[in-house]
Amino acid sequence: MMPAGYATSEGGALLVIAVMLPIVGMIAIFALGLRRAERIAFIILPGGLFIALAIAAEVARTGAAVTYVLGGWQPPLGIALQADGLSATLMVLTALILCAVGLFARGTFSTPPDMSEARRPMVFWTLMLGLWSALNTVFLGQDLFNLFVALELLTFSAVPLVCLDGRRETVQAALRYLLFALIGSVFYLLGAALLYGAYGTLDMAGLRLQAHYNPATSVALGLMIVGLMAKAALFPLHLWLPPAHAGAPAAASAVLSALVVKAPFFLILRLWFDVAPQPGNQLAAQMLAWLGIFSIVFCSIIALRQVRLKLMIAYSTVAQIGYLFLVFPLVMASDAPSAWQSIGWTGGVLQLVSHALAKASMFLAAGLIAEALGHDRIDNLNGAVTAVPISVAAFGLAGLSLMGLPPSGGFVAKLMLLTAATETANWWIVAAILVGGILAASYVFRVLGRAMAAPKIGFKTLAHIPLYRELVVLGLAISAVVLGFVPLQPFAFLGIGRVGLP
Amino acid sequence: MIGTATVYGLCASGLVAIGLYGLVLHPTPLRKVIAFNLLGSGTFVLFGVAARRGGAAGFLADPVPQAMVITGIVVAFASTALAVALLLRLQETGASSIETTPPEQQDNGAS
Repeated sequence: MMPAGYATSEGGALLVIAVMLPIVGMIAIFALGLRRAERIAFIILPGGLFIALAIAAEVARTGAAVTYVLGGWQPPLGIALQADGLSATLMVLTALILCAVGLFARGTFSTPPDMSEARRPMVFWTLMLGLWSALNTVFLGQDLFNLFVALELLTFSAVPLVCLDGRRETVQAALRYLLFALIGSVFYLLGAALLYGAYGTLDMAGLRLQAHYNPATSVALGLMIVGLMAKAALFPLHLWLPPAHAGAPAAASAVLSALVVKAPFFLILRLWFDVAPQPGNQLAAQMLAWLGIFSIVFCSIIALRQVRLKLMIAYSTVAQIGYLFLVFPLVMASDAPSAWQSIGWTGGVLQLVSHALAKASMFLAAGLIAEALGHDRIDNLNGAVTAVPISVAAFGLAGLSLMGLPPSGGFVAKLMLLTAATETANWWIVAAILVGGILAASYVFRVLGRAMAAPKIGFKTLAHIPLYRELVVLGLAISAVVLGFVPLQPFAFLGIGRVGLP
Repeated sequence: MIGTATVYGLCASGLVAIGLYGLVLHPTPLRKVIAFNLLGSGTFVLFGVAARRGGAAGFLADPVPQAMVITGIVVAFASTALAVALLLRLQETGASSIETTPPEQQDNGAS
């Protein structure tokens, strides 16, 4: 029952460093004194970015997945870590966004000079690092149980970030988030137990070789995917997300919306394409896409009706996650030589990346607007453009990507999905993408219109925002726009190291 | 004659069912946390069944699921601790349920 067999590749140690570096930072914070939390985080952040880039470069150079077999033990006894093109892309994305958010949060979460230590900065920076390690493990893990632990680590890091300020609503939101996440984890674990019972291994490569259609496999995969859906906040399991993401401090919201909800989606992709017997179940693919369509339409409409800016952005996150789930029927029905070369696959991944950049920028911009104005009620945003002009511009640019207007990463992603949907004659998906774009335009312009309006008499800004913080937000928005200049074709890099399934 | 593994399998299903029922339908958060633990225990028993059935292949019992159960218990313990800590915190703020007030009524969420 020995599966394909892994061999540690040349740069394999990089993968271990990618997982361990943030953990070392966390330990250092506890060992060297809590008041140095920020300084330690600022040593780890560029280091982690460098490691992520090195892994991506190694994958691009060798044209194959980078693998590390822990302790030299082959699965099913041991655990392997592997970075393919997709994982490497997501790791670089994670590192970039965390560095940007770190820069943004610099100063807001530092220990006051008159105190020896403070709870908020210590919790913020340690949890950010914990989150990073968990995300890297999710992207690299090859063992379903190892991935369960990574998911839990992610939840434990994300939940306290929601209630950093300790207000009642945020604690309620955090608790609800935790309960949803726990249901998700238990479902995932149940599925893993069933798969182990059926195949005697939890290694993805091993499962891929053996998996065939039988009731146990279907139930197990169904449980796991539903559990992950709750964590990824796909309609109708999205109820926890808006209060949680809107209640967190801006820097935390950005990371939660941009990265944390993408990890369970990534695992659904892996389960679907790397574990489930091929070809996948057409009915299940259609169901996932339909839930995606409902997410897009309903949550965009609810976003339109929001009074608070951050809640609007949070609902927009649920809507944009819906687009990701359109990928399944599009990839399956395409006539590309392999799933990784189809336009639907590239479109889906690009949507993930561009949404992460745009949404991080949007939440940070909303945070700066709220700091400058002292509130985030959309009807009362008049004058925001005079207070924080660069943030409003960044909000607009990021909005461009969410609507799918050219030139932006969102435009290319949605165009690719649209092309794939037309090619495969999935007309409902075509309609949903178009309607979703119009709705997104409505909610973004509603905010912009208010923010651009002339300030009321007696308007004054509450806080002075340092220029570099606004520039970080603009930088994220611009990178979302720059993604719009990539060629409109499937990227070979995203297919590197993926097993060639029909 | 029903085999041991089957009995334990049925036990596991029962625990999962009770736990899921409680987690979804009980309104009080503390009961939800306890229900989550029942659900978790059901899952761990299921791993035990997998270990026993793997043992039928010639080993006395398959040790891998047992290692997983130990990790799982640690994780479940940590989740319970986190949930209870949040519950205590919620109690301090004077709320007793997780029903959130509609966002329109919150005065200031800007941060």
